[in-house]
Amino acid sequence: MSIQDLIERTKVSFCQDCGVCTGSCPVSRVLPGFSPQQMVGKFVLSADLGLEDEALSDRDMWSCLTCALCLQRCPSKVEYLEFVRAVREEAFRTGNKATFAHDGVIETIVNMQRGGLHQNKTAWAREAGQIAESGEYYLFVGCLPYFDVLFRDMGISSLGSASHMLKMLNKLGIEPVVSDEERCCGHDLLWSGNVDVFKELAAFNIEMIKRCGSKKVIFGCPEGYVAFKAYYPLYFGELDFEVVHFYDLVGEQIKDGALKLSRVEEQTVTYHDPCRLGRMAGIYEAPRELIAGMPGMTLVEMERNRENAVCCGVSCWANCSSYSKQIQMDRLKEAEATGADALITACPKCKIHFTCALSSSDMKMEVKDLTEVMAASALEH
Amino acid sequence: MNNFEPLIAVFSCHYCSYAAADLAGSSRIQYPPNIRVIKIPCTGRVSVNHILKALECGADGVYVAGCLEGTCHFISGNFKAKQRVQYAKNLLSEINMEPERVQMYFMSAAEGAKFANVAKEMTETIRELGPSPLGQNKSE
Repeated sequence: MSIQDLIERTKVSFCQDCGVCTGSCPVSRVLPGFSPQQMVGKFVLSADLGLEDEALSDRDMWSCLTCALCLQRCPSKVEYLEFVRAVREEAFRTGNKATFAHDGVIETIVNMQRGGLHQNKTAWAREAGQIAESGEYYLFVGCLPYFDVLFRDMGISSLGSASHMLKMLNKLGIEPVVSDEERCCGHDLLWSGNVDVFKELAAFNIEMIKRCGSKKVIFGCPEGYVAFKAYYPLYFGELDFEVVHFYDLVGEQIKDGALKLSRVEEQTVTYHDPCRLGRMAGIYEAPRELIAGMPGMTLVEMERNRENAVCCGVSCWANCSSYSKQIQMDRLKEAEATGADALITACPKCKIHFTCALSSSDMKMEVKDLTEVMAASALEH
Repeated sequence: MNNFEPLIAVFSCHYCSYAAADLAGSSRIQYPPNIRVIKIPCTGRVSVNHILKALECGADGVYVAGCLEGTCHFISGNFKAKQRVQYAKNLLSEINMEPERVQMYFMSAAEGAKFANVAKEMTETIRELGPSPLGQNKSE
């Protein structure tokens, strides 16, 4: 796609230069010189002057967190997120790639899944609960098993949340399918410009779920949820299964009285909206209702909450830098100012990033995963 | 399968194992031609991603050969490599690739014979395991 097409498709030329995006951008706050508005301007100008190649070699596009805060506030409804995604896709083709954190290990693991691998992802599930080979429900585990290996020494058990999710589903009488053949959802590839491999993995997943005969696919990770809900249909048309978020499903069951939340230790907590779950999927209330529904738990809000929540500082494992740390520390301080004992989040990556930032500070805040907090209350009795 | 010849990437440090490879050569010790030695200043430079990338690109096995424990030229590079090799093994078992495809070895510059033995041992291990499931990515 040419830059001109890209500009037209994403309505970038409607930009009024008002600067609301730059004023809202968490990156612009800590990284002077980075501005969504200027990036848009740069591309429009480059298309006019025939300097597309130069614009595509720009590194600024990788600093964007794709957190959708600017998108939310833009008065001209410029599709900035789509713009960044399209620009990254073009840049990736020309060899301008993101700088991956963790030395690119996660990117490599994802790329390795293209081959004829038969993975070993269900071992934990057989231990944790009952799973089926085929059936109505499918539990999409995603990258949690890899995160578990990579971040175990930071004291983060990513599989913990997966196994608790399975146990709660079992308690509801649901025996979901968990498959060894499942591939990464491709979310990170999509946002780092590698659309070809994204499509390969997505096609594989869709085919695999079809083989399992599942009609409802349950997600605990907001990124997988958004990738399936918004981006799979973009490339593959309407899916013949329903994409369900675990919190929505559990929330309904609690309302129906099928699952009861028992009393937990008295504590005050605050909730961090992950950008994928909040702004991109519009799920703000379900997690809050779950927290408030646990007797003994008091929920306090941070100053910037719901659609105004700030990103955890890194997306698609790219460009983690001192700026990311600054964004994370700001957010943690905001959480501390509410007087809460713990910061609850609903995304495995947010949890990893905040725990990392916390480890180099003397704050007495705890970062917890909502699924695990809920498991303590739902599985007790 | 019968004529499967493993392709093995070796990360070899400048101070010990690369010198051992040299010694093996000048002593005319025979070892299998399946290994491809990549010389690095210190095994501490080897990251998990280097190991995984080699596998992604179609290597059937990877091993890191560093100085004997306690004798690293940069004090602790080989210990770092050892930890990272363990990380890579853990990740491999998640995606169900045999962790034995990745190994860490220690040898001194004087151990030409050990270099050859390790190459033989690793080639045999990989030969038994068979081709890597990612072998179709092989580009040589």
